[in-house]
Amino acid sequence: MSVADAPRTDASGRGAAFSGASGGGELTVVEPLIFERSHAGRRAVRFPAASDEARRMGEGQPEVPSSVLRREPPRLPEVSELEMLRHFNRLAHLNQAIDLNFYPLGSCTMKYNPKVNEWAARLPGLAESHPLDPEKLGQGSLELMWLLAELLKEISGFAAVSLQPAAGAHGELTGMLIARAFHRANGEGDQRTKVLVPDSAHGTNPATATMVGYETVTIRSNERGGIDLEALRGALGPDVAALMITNPSTLGIFEDQIDEVIAAVKAAGAIAYMDGANLNAILGRFRPGEAGFDVMHFNLHKTFSTPHGGGGPGAGPIGVSQRLEPFLPAPIPVLAEGDAAEVMRQALAGRSTPGARFALDDDRPDSIGKVRSWYGNFGMFVRAYTYIRSNGDSGLRTISEDAVLAANYLRVRLHDAYDLPYDRLSKHEVVFSGRRQKREHGVTTLDIAKAILDYGIHPPTIYFPLIVEEAMMVEPTETESLETLDRFVDVMLQIASRAADDPGSIKAAPVTTPVGRLDEAAAARRPDLGYRFGADVAAAPAGSLSGPAGETPTP
Amino acid sequence: MTYSPHTDADRSAMLDAIGVGSVDELFEDIPAAVRASAWDIPSPLTEQEVRAELSRLAGRNRIPEVSFLGAGVYRHLVPSVVAEVIGRPEFATAYTPYQPEVSQGTLQSIYEFQSLVCELTGMEVATASHYDGATATAEAALMACRLTRRNRVAISAGVSPDTRRVLETYCSGPGIEVVTVPIDLAEGGTGTTRPQDAAVVLGEDVACLVAAQPNFYGQLEPMRELAEVAHAASAQLVAVVEPTSLALLEPPGAYGADIVAAEGQPLGIPASFGGPYVGLMAARMASVRQMPGRLVGATRDGVGRRGYVLTLQAREQHIRREKAASNICTNQALMALAATAYLCAVGPEGLREVAERSVIQARHLAGALEAAGLATRRFSGPYFAEVTMRVPNAAHRHAAMAEQGIVAGHLTERSEPMLHDTLLLATTELTTDADIERLVGALRDSA
Repeated sequence: MSVADAPRTDASGRGAAFSGASGGGELTVVEPLIFERSHAGRRAVRFPAASDEARRMGEGQPEVPSSVLRREPPRLPEVSELEMLRHFNRLAHLNQAIDLNFYPLGSCTMKYNPKVNEWAARLPGLAESHPLDPEKLGQGSLELMWLLAELLKEISGFAAVSLQPAAGAHGELTGMLIARAFHRANGEGDQRTKVLVPDSAHGTNPATATMVGYETVTIRSNERGGIDLEALRGALGPDVAALMITNPSTLGIFEDQIDEVIAAVKAAGAIAYMDGANLNAILGRFRPGEAGFDVMHFNLHKTFSTPHGGGGPGAGPIGVSQRLEPFLPAPIPVLAEGDAAEVMRQALAGRSTPGARFALDDDRPDSIGKVRSWYGNFGMFVRAYTYIRSNGDSGLRTISEDAVLAANYLRVRLHDAYDLPYDRLSKHEVVFSGRRQKREHGVTTLDIAKAILDYGIHPPTIYFPLIVEEAMMVEPTETESLETLDRFVDVMLQIASRAADDPGSIKAAPVTTPVGRLDEAAAARRPDLGYRFGADVAAAPAGSLSGPAGETPTP
Repeated sequence: MTYSPHTDADRSAMLDAIGVGSVDELFEDIPAAVRASAWDIPSPLTEQEVRAELSRLAGRNRIPEVSFLGAGVYRHLVPSVVAEVIGRPEFATAYTPYQPEVSQGTLQSIYEFQSLVCELTGMEVATASHYDGATATAEAALMACRLTRRNRVAISAGVSPDTRRVLETYCSGPGIEVVTVPIDLAEGGTGTTRPQDAAVVLGEDVACLVAAQPNFYGQLEPMRELAEVAHAASAQLVAVVEPTSLALLEPPGAYGADIVAAEGQPLGIPASFGGPYVGLMAARMASVRQMPGRLVGATRDGVGRRGYVLTLQAREQHIRREKAASNICTNQALMALAATAYLCAVGPEGLREVAERSVIQARHLAGALEAAGLATRRFSGPYFAEVTMRVPNAAHRHAAMAEQGIVAGHLTERSEPMLHDTLLLATTELTTDADIERLVGALRDSA
């Protein structure tokens, strides 16, 4: 029997638990909203009452005027702690996650998130430190940020790093504000108004250019999937502020003329920005700063294993070349007293350096300003630092080697079953096309993705990059075993043959998930973006899978 | 240590299947001229060793025994059950819910978050989250510019200095001018924004007035009057609020706010040296298509099961690219879940207790300091759970007390030179009577 027998439920028996829904269009509910579980007078956490002494001492202070007081309390759910916990645990059961199953979502680097990172981030000495605590009390946090920045500089080859941006797109915004500050400082601020972006780029790149007040010019890719060097050279000129390029690209391909690309951009006086979303492929192999890029953002939630949390928090530090350093966001954690090499040597030996003092440098007159509150997503810095130290030199190299190995392995194994518009060496991911299945059997990439769900695997990123018809972007990462990769291959092969033999079964997928395909058009046409208190939906609906609130069977 | 599962035999098998002899061949597409030189990265550590290193760094921080520090980040109780919920790996280790059929947990929790934010703020629609309160405020101002097609932003000096710096940076992108409306900083003044000062600034080209309730100095602003002044100039009112205060204070929707932004950290999120937190944003439904960031909506599947999806995505970067309302992609979903779980765990009564007790202790603190003759209130008029006190020789005494593990709030001269010898002191439900006694004693001893 093949490991890929389909469709079947995952180990939790989830499919069976949810397969009992009847047709007919009546609303049924998988898990009620927490508001629908609310029962007046019920509660969980309580707080101690204020003392009489406290009230008495405050007499004579100005009263909060009744004119600014709320008339009705907010209708928050009234639930016991157990009911509340069960609700969220049931919701958790409805999610696919890297800790449960293979999650080859291209461009997202869904690797294992080591648990020691979580342990570290929860250490009270770190989790409870306040960003405005006096410098003397926050030396550990400042040292950690300094060490992480030093390591990121070494990994990327950049001269300086800012940890402040909260996510990849936020790093892009920061980097492009810096690019503009640089041109302004050179008296070219008004003249350079365009940002060049390849047609394979993430949507965040052009959106970022707009937020900085730039006009986006799209550069086409060549027939090999790389940036078209001639088109790039034709577009470069005194009106260009920057090139934003993802390398390896969203096709999972290393730009094999990257040295010429960088040289051309710099010769035109523009800034070379690298989107570092795909850094996981090139650790120890290519250092963007060393290669001549001016600025790059890191995604700590991709390459450096911090959990993505279902849509954040991430962290998007940026590295910059020496000429852009003055423009970095302020403040920056610095070693104010002590010898950097010695402090680093001691830290790597697990020791604090007596007399070393860390501080926040906010005296940066050319800085673009602040891009978020405080200093960044510090909890993510703790995790990323833990990860880098755990892996060390050899581990970081292994990450990229094994990530690239896995992607190429999938490329070769699935090469015959699916079209591969750019059939060349892959880096961390490989982009297939479902155009053959669509043309020959009427099965789209969306259908294939939904069919994958029934095997308990999260589908690849689909319909991206835009330059690949019916795209399926597969990023296996380095933490998946050969057996997992082989099972994915079996699943994809089986779906390809089902698409030919029984396309209807693919178009009917998924059948084992908590809900089937959802009506997204209706969601956009009649937006229902929040619970309507007092509306009929609050009552336990007829045909509910859950029965009366409080008696929901555990999935 | 690495987290790679592969044995040498696995690697050989994969290399054979690919048809290459070594892993180096997989990197031959990197031009020789730009291949990485040697780097200086330390050796790997075992779990035992890495724990020792992180313990060293955590031990280098000193968590104060008593702290009255707030200034935008507040130490509240984080209920154990909240930490339990956000620690669930199904939430923590999922990506953005691009495949709704296997992401209903994340999607429904975001829908609940949006609902809770609307209920707290009295607004009609809330986003799935922003990086923090400061960027939510900045994006709210940019949204107001899109809605009004105007190119200037007015912001009250009562908004946190940190937030104002972020807003200025964001506005510098598209070249939007930021004008600051002063607050009444006179000795014994109200410490708030005077509507007539706002009116002076609000011309035909100003998109919005941004004001905070309570403001950075803990003072209660005349939000209704500020809304009237803004609306008289056809500008929007962006209200920046502290979410626990909304258990007691009028929701912004009731006093005419058009957009609301907030730092969600007080809702069950540890201080964690400044992040990760969560930005809240809410607005009126008529403005929804100019809102930045993700939105989750309810819909049904083919057999009538209720489900949730990312919706109105035509506003977003992955569809609209350079025409998107914002470039935001990854936001702070897990922190939004923390806020959601927190609000469910405390409920309406618990949130009221938190807010009420915070206010009572602020009044207790101010009263005790005044009674002891150690400090006077810098401003007249009502304040909420944070109070600005005039203390002679404040900087020196603040430093001296820090040596004893007592953080006497925020030294305001760090951000506002006019407020010399002034401490901004915050209280929460965690502030005990003994804490206040300790501060009074330490302040007396430091004189």
